[in-house]
Order: sequence, then C-alpha cells, then structure tokens
Amino acid sequence: MSEAEAKPAGRVIPAPAVTVESQPFWDAAAEGRFLIKRCTACGKAHWYPRAFCPFCASDDTVWEESPGEGEIYTFSIMRRSPTGPYVIGYVTLDEGPAVLTNFVDCDPDSLRIGQRVKVRFQPTEGGPPAPVFRPA
Amino acid sequence: MSLKGKAYIMGAWEHPTRDAPDKTTAQLHFESARSALADAGLAFDDVDGYFCAGDAPGFGGMSMVDYMGLRNVRHLDSTETGGSSYILHVGHAVQAIAAGKCQVALITLAGRPRQGQGGRPGGGARPGQLSDGAPEAGFENIYGGSTHNTYGMCAMRHMHDYGTTSEQLAWIKVAASHHAQWNEHAFLKDVVTVEDVVNSRMISDPLHLLDCCVVTDGGGALVVTSPEVARSLNRPRIKVIGSGEAPKGPSGGHGLDLTYSGAVWSGPRAFAEAGVTPADIKYASIYDSFTITVLMQIEDLGFCAKGQGGRFVADGNLISGVGKLPFNTDGGGLCNNHPTNRGGITKVIEAVRQLRGEAHPRVQVANCDLALAHGTGGSLGTRHGAATVILERE
Repeated sequence: MSEAEAKPAGRVIPAPAVTVESQPFWDAAAEGRFLIKRCTACGKAHWYPRAFCPFCASDDTVWEESPGEGEIYTFSIMRRSPTGPYVIGYVTLDEGPAVLTNFVDCDPDSLRIGQRVKVRFQPTEGGPPAPVFRPA
Repeated sequence: MSLKGKAYIMGAWEHPTRDAPDKTTAQLHFESARSALADAGLAFDDVDGYFCAGDAPGFGGMSMVDYMGLRNVRHLDSTETGGSSYILHVGHAVQAIAAGKCQVALITLAGRPRQGQGGRPGGGARPGQLSDGAPEAGFENIYGGSTHNTYGMCAMRHMHDYGTTSEQLAWIKVAASHHAQWNEHAFLKDVVTVEDVVNSRMISDPLHLLDCCVVTDGGGALVVTSPEVARSLNRPRIKVIGSGEAPKGPSGGHGLDLTYSGAVWSGPRAFAEAGVTPADIKYASIYDSFTITVLMQIEDLGFCAKGQGGRFVADGNLISGVGKLPFNTDGGGLCNNHPTNRGGITKVIEAVRQLRGEAHPRVQVANCDLALAHGTGGSLGTRHGAATVILERE
C-alpha cells in the first residue's frame, strides 16, 4: 500500500456481507445515498432492511432515500482495541427505526445520549462503503 | 396443561477445569456427562433424551450422541440461545418428559475459549465477537460489536434513564467475589471492593474490567428425570416447578429499549407456572456475563421495581448471609466460571447445590427450599434469548 493510499488511522470497517436482499442498499451506498425500507401496506419504516415488512409480513416494501438524520439512543466507547478507541451505538432515525452504527468524527468522550447526528459513508475493507454517523 | 413438578433435576456437575489445553471440547462434554450421571446414580444407557447447544462440536446432537456412546436416545434437542440455552433446555426436558418422549434427559455444555476453541457457532468464533452468517450480519457485524460494548450500550442507557451508577454496578461484582473466596475452583478468589471495580481500567464505557465475567475453559452437565426415575434414585429430589423462555431483539428498529431484557416475559411465565412470587425465592442464580446483566434481570424478574436495581444490589444485598437476595454463591461468571462464554449451566448447577444443601457452608442459604435460575444468551444489546427455571426441593 502506498503512502497516498494509506487509510486514516483508526478502526477499519470490514467488508459488509452483501446478500440478494441487501444489494440495492449497498449499491446506493456506493453512490453516497442512504436507503431505508418502508412498507406500503402498513406505512412503517424498518431497519435492518428486509424483503418483507417485519411488522405486518407484507411483501410490499419499497426502498426510500433517507437524509440519515436522527439522535443518539445509546453508545459505548470500546477502549480495548489495537487501533484505538471506537464508538458503537444506536441512532434513532427521524423516520423511526433505530440503527446500529459507529459514531465518528468526534471526541468520543464528548458524545451524549440525545445528541443529533447525521449519516456519512465510510470506506470498508474491499467492500461497499458503510453508513456511520457524525455529530450534526 | 400445567407442567409443574413433571420432572426433577437429579444430577448436576460442574467440570473443575478452568484451562484445558490437553483435552478436546467433546471430551469435556463427555466427562461432564459421565460425572453428572454418576451424581444422579445413573449410567449412559439410562439416557433416552439428549440436549446440547451451539458449543457441541460437529453435527451437534448427532455427533455427541455417537461420540459419548449414547445408545438409547429417542429425543434430541439442540435449541440454541447462547449462554442461556441450558436453562431453556431444563424447561424443554420437562416438556419432553411430561409428553412421554423421554425419561432421563442429559444436558451438556463444554468449550475451550482459552485455547482459541469453542465460542460461538456459525463462524466468527473469536471469543466475544458476534457471529456472522446471520441475516443482520451485513448491517451489524461490521461495526465492531462485541459482548463488552453491546452490553456497555445497555448500561449507558440504563444509567441515562434511571440514574444507575458505576458504584451500584460494582456491588454486584463485590458480592460475587465474597462468594468466590470460598470456592476452591473459582478462577478469581480475591475479595474486591467497590473502589477496586470502579478504579479498574475501562473496557467499554461504562463497563470496567471488573464489571466483566471471566473467560474460562470448562463444562457442566445436568440430568433431568421423570418422577418415577427420580423416586428410584438415592439423591435429593429437585423438582422443576416452573419454566419460561423468550427471545428479544431490535424488532425492526421500532421502540428499541435496551434497559430491559426478555426476563420480563420468561420470568412471569415461570412464576405463573410455579405458583410462587419473587418474594418467595430463597436463592437466585442470575446470569452474570457483566454486572449490568444482573441488574437488569433482577429488575425484569420482579425482585425490585424497574429502575430500582441499582439501589437493590447496593450495600451487599446480594451477599449470602448479609443481604435479602443471595445470588451466585459459587462466585458466578464474574468470579468463578463462565465455561466457553456460556454461563447458563453453572447457574442451574449452583441452584441445585443450594437446594440440596451442598453449597459451601459459608454461602449455603438456610432452609433453601425454593430457588430460581435465570439466564440471557446472545447479546442484551442486540438480540438474545431469556430463560427462567424455578426449582423446589421436595
């Protein structure tokens, strides 16, 4: 790996497992768009995206582009990491669903439950970029 | 149909090893099974029901039945709910026995995480890592989730919602350590203080090193029998009078609440079947992968009101002979043993010891005739399986 290609310091996100159910999500992620799934039968958005609605079992789900904004539900700062501390947590999207993610671009010790955050995409190890969230 | 009292735990044995470089996982299953059967006064040929979970090597039940030389098995169950599997298996064994599908049910667990063996099934077998291959894998496993930080997320939110403190959580470890000092096999035997816990290094906020359980090799086994078989044996009869189970997960992301566990469902199911209340319980084995696990489950099982767990566990209330709810008198997963990162079977084993009056004299609960064992397997922070059993000395 040349100096120019060196990844930024910190934890590198491994390539996500892409399935036939999730392929459209990751294709959009490669374009920088954050998709969620919504059921047209019951109207609810869900996470993680499935081919069917986990609330009403309907197949009538559609991909919907989300601004990827919400607030921190909870988090934990993992200190036992060879690449330095990193933050895992849930963000509650404005559309309703809670999403497991990493909180980035921040001083981990400054994070607070209820804080507003927004999605951005982070390169992964040989896979499509993954959604992470930073303070809004 | 009530299953109350339809079966008894007649054999229980915890493998004394905590580090097993010279044995296979299958061997630890076998040794645990043999000794649990000997404890009951039974032999391998008496076993007609076999129960195991994801730690069983190879083709699960099929490999183990063949390996151990079980010739008379007519009922197999390999339900997998992580560390709580073996508590859930007790309930399933009662069901199978009541239905006439078997009379002598053998439950085994074993693994060797200290040797880089065992851990979770389905790939990603490094201790503490979430497994892959699951439908949620692409959306969750990439974020570095481990048991430490997913339970840390629960603790963080519990503190936010209810004002729970690190000092209150520390009391859970302190109580476990007071019990472990009397257990010659305990991995950690030193008594610790609240200050020791809160001053230990932070692993994943807000959980410190001493908020975490031990990592040990080992195993254990249980023998559950029909009332007829139980009466033919020369051991105290430990009657299973209630059981309950429940899965809990993020549920499509709506209404996520990490401050409670599946015990809110498995507990009432078990108490209703048993016809007793939390106030009747003399001793409780409460799964203790982390201190927060204990606190949430104590609330969810109804030993105190939701959010009051911090106050409930403080000041030694979980120490045998001191507090109102003696718990994990073997030292639990926090100090004694958490074989292959699964603490369910040791929870039942110590409850059986208490009911038989065979716990260490320094931690034996007086007149212990009613006990509870409860566990959570998987991750409190993502998805888990809760299992509760209520046991009575006959």
